Amino acid sequence: MKSAERAPAPKGAAAFQILTIALKDLRSELRTKEAINASLAFALVILLMFSFAFDPEADTTREISGGLLWIVFAFAGTLILNRSFAREVPNDCLDGLIAAPVPGWVLFLGKAVANFALVMAVELVALPIFGIFYNVRWAQQFGELLGVLALATWGMTVIGTIFSALTVNIRLREVMLPMLTYPILVPALIGAMRLTAVLVMGKPIGGDDAAWLRLLVGFDAIYTAASLVLVETVLVG
Amino acid sequence: MSAVAVDGVWKYYGDYPALRDIHLEAAPGACLALIGRNGAGKTTLLRTVAGFSRPGRGDIRIFGKAPRETAARRMTGFIGHGISVYDELSALENLTLYGKLYGLENPRRAALEWLERTGLERVANGLVREFSRGMRQRLAVARAFLHEPALLLLDEPFTALDDRAIAVLQRLLREALQDGKTIVMSTHQLREALELSTHVALLVRGKVAFEGRCTPEMVADPGYVYARYGEGG
Repeated sequence: MKSAERAPAPKGAAAFQILTIALKDLRSELRTKEAINASLAFALVILLMFSFAFDPEADTTREISGGLLWIVFAFAGTLILNRSFAREVPNDCLDGLIAAPVPGWVLFLGKAVANFALVMAVELVALPIFGIFYNVRWAQQFGELLGVLALATWGMTVIGTIFSALTVNIRLREVMLPMLTYPILVPALIGAMRLTAVLVMGKPIGGDDAAWLRLLVGFDAIYTAASLVLVETVLVG
Repeated sequence: MSAVAVDGVWKYYGDYPALRDIHLEAAPGACLALIGRNGAGKTTLLRTVAGFSRPGRGDIRIFGKAPRETAARRMTGFIGHGISVYDELSALENLTLYGKLYGLENPRRAALEWLERTGLERVANGLVREFSRGMRQRLAVARAFLHEPALLLLDEPFTALDDRAIAVLQRLLREALQDGKTIVMSTHQLREALELSTHVALLVRGKVAFEGRCTPEMVADPGYVYARYGEGG
């Protein structure tokens, strides 16, 4: 092989590496379906069970529907996030990634993007089911709802991915991850619950609710930045 | 400039010093065999040199760069105890993945070339989970050599290899040395390792008990270094 073909990629390759890692994770997950099947099944079963507990015609049900939905998403999302770095444990695959000339923040973003896509996929499948079971108009302000879903899911993904890296070598990581992430996620989840409830009741986001939107944006920015700074220490010490 | 320079490195696991004031150098083109009993610190030293963890004290340089620098990692190939390839991907997908991460211009072509060189071209599209142990090890070798690193860090590379895989690895290591590449390997398979080595370092309880050129006596009697410089010597 000619030496030119071995030449390092030009600068700006970080986006390509992020995409490569994300696609690798998505391909692995779609082949094994380890996490996504469990997550989807969990989300649908919980939504179904709760639908029997609440009267779908009652206004109070619609008021709490945002909370209900995000409890389901938070638990279902954890099932996916748990697998993020655990996927690298067999065959010491994490060593291969750490040894590669890929900065820690690139590795983190690649994994976070894949996790985000998987969690969003579960949410977008669960959303119409939720609409049917709880008689809510989820599609009425779909653009705004999608924005709230994306913001809160990114926050959940970032926290879940960094703690997945932190707990990867812990034997009880499946237990530790939710214990570590849920307390940190509380502000984002409250914001997402409030905003989702407003949107599925057909009201616009405004007034006090706009503050929750700003909180979600701030939450994402702060924890994304912190994770990007800390991930190298988390992986290598 | 040394290919690998380890200067006064200490590494602690809790309070226990796994590495104690290690000083080692490997010149470009050298093949350094790290030998020692189980628990002597060989794997810890190699992993610290490879940048998987940071030393508690001391300094490590790979061609003058810190191990975690991207340029140093681009020049280094590592084979550890795990094969670092994904069971749910094919051999070709695994190597192409690493080719992309290492910034090769034509990752697929490099992957196909190394599958051929390791005798895996016929199973290029087979999933790794269906491979035998020997095939998996050869794939790990292909992964480490894929980007043609100037430095190879090999942690017990001959362990669990079948005859064919040992032959493939020895041929590739000889070719690498002929190309001027540097090899640092830890091993218990002294005969296979010393045949290739230009230098030997014996680790005893995290310290370098001996470091020097590999002599004909060592090659003739692989237990020579242990007997002369080890704890039983």
